Amino acid sequence: MLEVSGISKSFGGLKAVDGVSLDVQAGEIVALIGPNGAGKTTLFAALAGFHRPDAGRIVFDGRDIIGLPPHRICAAGMVRTFQITQPFAKITVRENIMVGAYLRIDDRSKARDRAEAVAAQVGMAAQLDRFGADLTVAGRKRLELARALATGPRLLLLDEVMAGLNPTEITEIVEVIRAIRASGVTILLIEHVMQAVTSLADRAYVLNQGRMIAEGTLAEIAGNPAVVEAYLGHGAAEVLRA
Amino acid sequence: MTRLAFLLALAFAAAITLPLVAPGYLVDVGMLVFFLAFIGQSWNISGGFAGQTSFGHAVFFGTGAYTSTILQITFGWNAWLAWPAAMLAGAIVGWIIAVLSFRAGLRGSYFALITLAFAEAFRILANSLSFTHAGLGMLIKADPRPANFQFKDPIWFYYLALALCIVSLLIAWQLTRGRLGSRLVAVRENEDAARALGIDVFAEKVKALSLAGAIAAAGGTFYAQKYLYIDPNIAFGVDKSIEMLLVTMVGGAGTIFGPLLGALALTGINEVTRTLASVVPAFKNVQPLSLIVYGVMLMLIVGRLPDGLARLFRRVDRHA
Ligand SMILES: Nc1ncnc2c1ncn2[C@@H]1O[C@H](COP(=O)(O)OP(=O)(O)OP(=O)(O)O)[C@@H](O)[C@H]1O
Ligand SMILES: [Mg+2]
Repeated sequence: MLEVSGISKSFGGLKAVDGVSLDVQAGEIVALIGPNGAGKTTLFAALAGFHRPDAGRIVFDGRDIIGLPPHRICAAGMVRTFQITQPFAKITVRENIMVGAYLRIDDRSKARDRAEAVAAQVGMAAQLDRFGADLTVAGRKRLELARALATGPRLLLLDEVMAGLNPTEITEIVEVIRAIRASGVTILLIEHVMQAVTSLADRAYVLNQGRMIAEGTLAEIAGNPAVVEAYLGHGAAEVLRA
Repeated sequence: MTRLAFLLALAFAAAITLPLVAPGYLVDVGMLVFFLAFIGQSWNISGGFAGQTSFGHAVFFGTGAYTSTILQITFGWNAWLAWPAAMLAGAIVGWIIAVLSFRAGLRGSYFALITLAFAEAFRILANSLSFTHAGLGMLIKADPRPANFQFKDPIWFYYLALALCIVSLLIAWQLTRGRLGSRLVAVRENEDAARALGIDVFAEKVKALSLAGAIAAAGGTFYAQKYLYIDPNIAFGVDKSIEMLLVTMVGGAGTIFGPLLGALALTGINEVTRTLASVVPAFKNVQPLSLIVYGVMLMLIVGRLPDGLARLFRRVDRHA
């Protein structure tokens, strides 16, 4: 469904993403992990059309999407959420989600029905009349997810939708994501919460300092010395093994 | 909702009967309120809903006023026919300004200043070109027949302004309950999020400014037909731009009734201060007393009621 090869993106002298390749098959949940500043969000932004990569190819559903603006990529069926949540502050949750729903629905009452259904799906049914600005962190994260989902995507790019949530909230959102996949949406997610990654993802990629250093099932990755070192520092793998 | 419908019906009935019972002076004031509310709604669409603050909306107003006036005087068009042509011209100017500024990525105060620059450029052009009769202004020959969009009895301008105001309210109402309006608000609230959700931010801004241009231009023609005279300062002056911005900000940007409430408040203040200045000797020398009151009012609104007077009418429980 998504094939990324050799994507690079620099900011000034900094190579935030450096020759990264990955692929996602329809129906999968794939995790993208890596330490802070690894370039994960930058890679998402490039996929969704927010940054034009300096090099590389992005093929979504058999179509080269490099250079397409974000709204066209969203219309093609790939939508991102924001790690730093971007709610529409002065309108209600219902209206926020309707913005997403209007992508494929012209009629107001149908868009509202869709927004309410999506809100129920992500557990926001009770907050429909609250303003974007009045939501808690957990509420904002759910809203990111709900708005993206309302656009009717085939591939969801979720950027740390669990950061800042408490364990109960994480368990809830893990269930929500599982249900989204079951409804036929493919998911690529960035996540630091390992418990969630292991319980959700079929496969994972590990990014470190802009480079992809490992990929595979979670068991494979956990046993990969390069990954352990990326997280814990140089030499850590040997220390752990000893 | 039913209470609102009841209030609206009441207000409508009052507006309809006012000219039949009130003195002529009040009819003119009422006409002014509805006219201001109408052109204010133009600012509200691009500035309030879509969040693209403009300091130069007079560019659209003046384009409308000059287009219909030139078509009448120079080309002998009927004023009613010239009206839609003026609106088209306003929409085109809106489209051009939008494409130029938003392609260049101008936002916020940069965009506001560009609109001001356009209005000033148009004012200077109108002041120096021969086909606009330069600084002399343009005088429309008085021939008060309804077929000419001229009326002997000011009551008809009152009703026409009322109709325009109602149309503008209906447009704003549609915006609050449709896809276009939802997208404009999304663009105002957060462009990146809007983009991520499939909105062509550039295209939506262009639509907003074109629509705003058409409406303000319609107001320009109305003005020209009412006073039968326009000149570059009246048509493209900063005053008009500020007026359109002010009624919307005071009344409530991005709300249906904001421009109408603002027009009521500002016209009311204007009339009261004018009367005061002519009656109370102490105020005689404080010439533009209304300007001072405007200023104080704007400060109060910005500080105390950033969402405008419309907020006073919104049910509080919505926010709880
Ligand atoms: N717009 C930008 N301009 C300049 N540098 C940037 C920009 N965006 C990101 N960077 C830099 O690129 C690097 C990668 O950042 P990115 O946000 O992609 O990391 P990340 O893997 O998402 O980290 P985190 O886990 O903290 O979210 C960082 O060093 C960051 O400072
Ligand atoms: Mg990140």
